[in-house]
Amino acid sequence: MEHPAICTIAEPVIAMSNLRLFYGPAEALHGITMGVPRQRVTALIGPSGCGKSTLLRCVNRMNDLIDGVRVVGSLSLDQTEINDPALDVIELRRRIGMVFQKSNPFPKSVYENVVYGLRIAGVNQREVLDEAVEKSLAGAGLWNEVKDRLHESALGLSGGQMQRLCIARAIAVQPEVLLMDEPCSALDPRSTARIEELIVELRRDFTIIIVTHNMQQAGRVSDFTAFLYEGNLVEYGPTRGIFTKPVCKQTEDYITGRFG
Amino acid sequence: MKMTSQQRRGGFWREGEPFVWVSGAALAAVLLMAALLVIVVMANGVAVFWPARQTVFELRQGPAVMGVVQQESRDPKTGARRVQVKIANRDLYGLDFRWLDAPDIRATRQPADAVVLERREYGNVHGFLRTLDLGAGARPATWAEFQAALRRARLDRQPMDRVQRDLSTLGGQMEKVRLSLAKLRYHGRRDDDPAVVALHARQAEIKAEFALQVAAFDRLAIEIRRRTVGMADAGGREIITPLIDVIRANQPNRMGVPAKTWFYAGKLWELFFGEPRESNTEGGLFPAIVGTVMMVFIMSIFSFPLGVVTGVYLREYARDGWLVRLVRIAVNNLAGVPSIVYGIFGLGFFVYGVGGALDQLFFPERLPTPTLGTGGILWASLTLALLTVPVVIVATEEALGAIPKGVRDGSLALGATKLQTLTRVLLPMASPGIMTGFILAMARAAGEVAPLMITGVVKLAPALPLDGQYPFIHLERKFMHLGFHIYDIGFQSPNVEAAKPMVFVTTLLLVLIVLLMSAAAIHLRNTMKRRYTLGSF
Ligand SMILES: Nc1ncnc2c1ncn2[C@@H]1O[C@H](COP(=O)(O)OP(=O)(O)OP(=O)(O)O)[C@@H](O)[C@H]1O
Ligand SMILES: [Mg+2]
Repeated sequence: MEHPAICTIAEPVIAMSNLRLFYGPAEALHGITMGVPRQRVTALIGPSGCGKSTLLRCVNRMNDLIDGVRVVGSLSLDQTEINDPALDVIELRRRIGMVFQKSNPFPKSVYENVVYGLRIAGVNQREVLDEAVEKSLAGAGLWNEVKDRLHESALGLSGGQMQRLCIARAIAVQPEVLLMDEPCSALDPRSTARIEELIVELRRDFTIIIVTHNMQQAGRVSDFTAFLYEGNLVEYGPTRGIFTKPVCKQTEDYITGRFG
Repeated sequence: MKMTSQQRRGGFWREGEPFVWVSGAALAAVLLMAALLVIVVMANGVAVFWPARQTVFELRQGPAVMGVVQQESRDPKTGARRVQVKIANRDLYGLDFRWLDAPDIRATRQPADAVVLERREYGNVHGFLRTLDLGAGARPATWAEFQAALRRARLDRQPMDRVQRDLSTLGGQMEKVRLSLAKLRYHGRRDDDPAVVALHARQAEIKAEFALQVAAFDRLAIEIRRRTVGMADAGGREIITPLIDVIRANQPNRMGVPAKTWFYAGKLWELFFGEPRESNTEGGLFPAIVGTVMMVFIMSIFSFPLGVVTGVYLREYARDGWLVRLVRIAVNNLAGVPSIVYGIFGLGFFVYGVGGALDQLFFPERLPTPTLGTGGILWASLTLALLTVPVVIVATEEALGAIPKGVRDGSLALGATKLQTLTRVLLPMASPGIMTGFILAMARAAGEVAPLMITGVVKLAPALPLDGQYPFIHLERKFMHLGFHIYDIGFQSPNVEAAKPMVFVTTLLLVLIVLLMSAAAIHLRNTMKRRYTLGSF
């Protein structure tokens, strides 16, 4: 189904084709077709309740945890079908990390938080873990702030630090894709700015999909932007194009703040 | 003007002032009742062992008596003042206590040489030291001579104790042989079977040895019981007591605070580590303490894991449907079932059902004498485990339910399995809540008496459920319990008045043990809380 407002991506990491999702009888996504480019930041925008989180959670099959969810259509990661019931979900979630809107560190030390993903994967050598901790925390721009309190509880960190810790925790397992669901919505402008810088840096190593309600943020950090409306993908393309010359009237209205 | 007053009244009610007062008053009432309970038990229990001064009452009619004033009141009929005195000397007077009307009392004095003897039987002697008989006739004696003779008698008693131990070992061997014989007979061996013959021979051997030891014991006993102390009560009547029957002898009117403190410590030691005497109204509580603690311990071993696993299953694994809801309602209601109902269930299911079946399987030769098919500490503990498990289940479910969804999702999104999430994140986070439930369960179990009475508690257990004999823990044995002890000595003993102090002491001890176990669990919970929830508020 070709559409003038939706661009095609060559060699996408994640390819969705006519993806539909039902919460019980209610259809929340009405056939989404889009490709996510490798090592780029893709922003999902749209009014509240349009299905951004739902779409994001399809990618690492977090919707499996909700009773009564049914997914139709195709969704693949590097040509592997994600919706295949035989797929190893554990393995999939190791390849696709996720950062949540509300930071959710475990009630453990900073160190144990970062190595959690490695430990559950069976990695236990001290040197490997130490190295991963330093690398991930540095990658999340947190190393200098916490290097002296690695073994204190993570719950003693500030809100912004906790969110960066969650990012460090997600990248410690070296995923291919990083999903971020409004990662800055609970943070102050300074912490937000730090995380935005971080996203731009992480883009070198990871493919990132970020949901945001902040148009400036989408403009600053993303390479591609997808606009969703009531479960439909309305417009998708390079961010600069969408923000300067949107094809659809709905997109323009939303971006300029006339509704939504 | 009217408007403002209405406004004020409206404000008063609106701001909830009265409710604050009512809830404050309710809290105060509850605290007051709890404090009152502790104070009453403490006041009655703490001073029981403190040696009180002996007073001699010269009466207008009849011989003088000596004792300790218990309480004063007015005669309900005449309105005259009267005092209750513990006069002891049960073998002389028949009663330990006597009411003396104030007008009948001619004079009182507190003689320094008043003596209190604590005896193995018949309670205390209140009187004055007169004579000592060391086997060669009675002659007047001093306090120092008496003390020396007492020490000697105790030393000379040791061979007797040894013989007694040997006798009980022989008794145990005899029982073993008897059971082996019964087993062989059950399997159809006849009297001329070599194994049976051998056992019979062994039986005869033990019997002979037994007779020998009994004779030795009797010889020693006769010799040692010849040494007696002669006392005179306040009226001059004589009381003869064998020296080895004297547990303690002291002169309370001469004792200073250090001596009294030493005496008190000795009594406490006896309370904690001694065996009960005189149908439990005197002596120690050791078997009951061991029984109570062990019962709670075994109960925990069953109820804690079972409750946690069930709670985890209900909250994390079971699909929410009508069946799960039904189970949940059932569990919640189970916590409210009267405990005696559990007792009946325990008797029917564990004792007669499981125990009876095991007897049929493993000990058919001993029937109809039950081995496991009778009350025992295991069955009692299992019954209590059943009674407390709903509390643990509910606490586990609530604690797991209170964990924010984000933490769960965060773990799963990192590729953790459900089990890993549970063991590494959820259970540690839920542990303070689970512990709270467990503390409640434990406290309830420690204080529960009714279901125990029909599943294994006895007034006097011949042996502890934990001892040095293989296999060390004897789960089939009957046991003693502080709660039942209170009921027994307070309401079942022939001499209720004399048992009253012990009732309060035992109550105090039970409360202390429950408090101690709860405090340990609370400490554990707080450690967990600090570890897993820092800064989450
Ligand atoms: N667990 C669920 N069960 C049923 N319906 C759901 C569930 N989660 C979301 N929905 C519905 O699916 C639709 C999309 O929800 P979603 O959370 O994806 O929106 P969103 O775009 O992320 O909104 P927001 O910007 O407010 O986060 C909404 O209509 C919502 O009501
Ligand atoms: Mg959302």
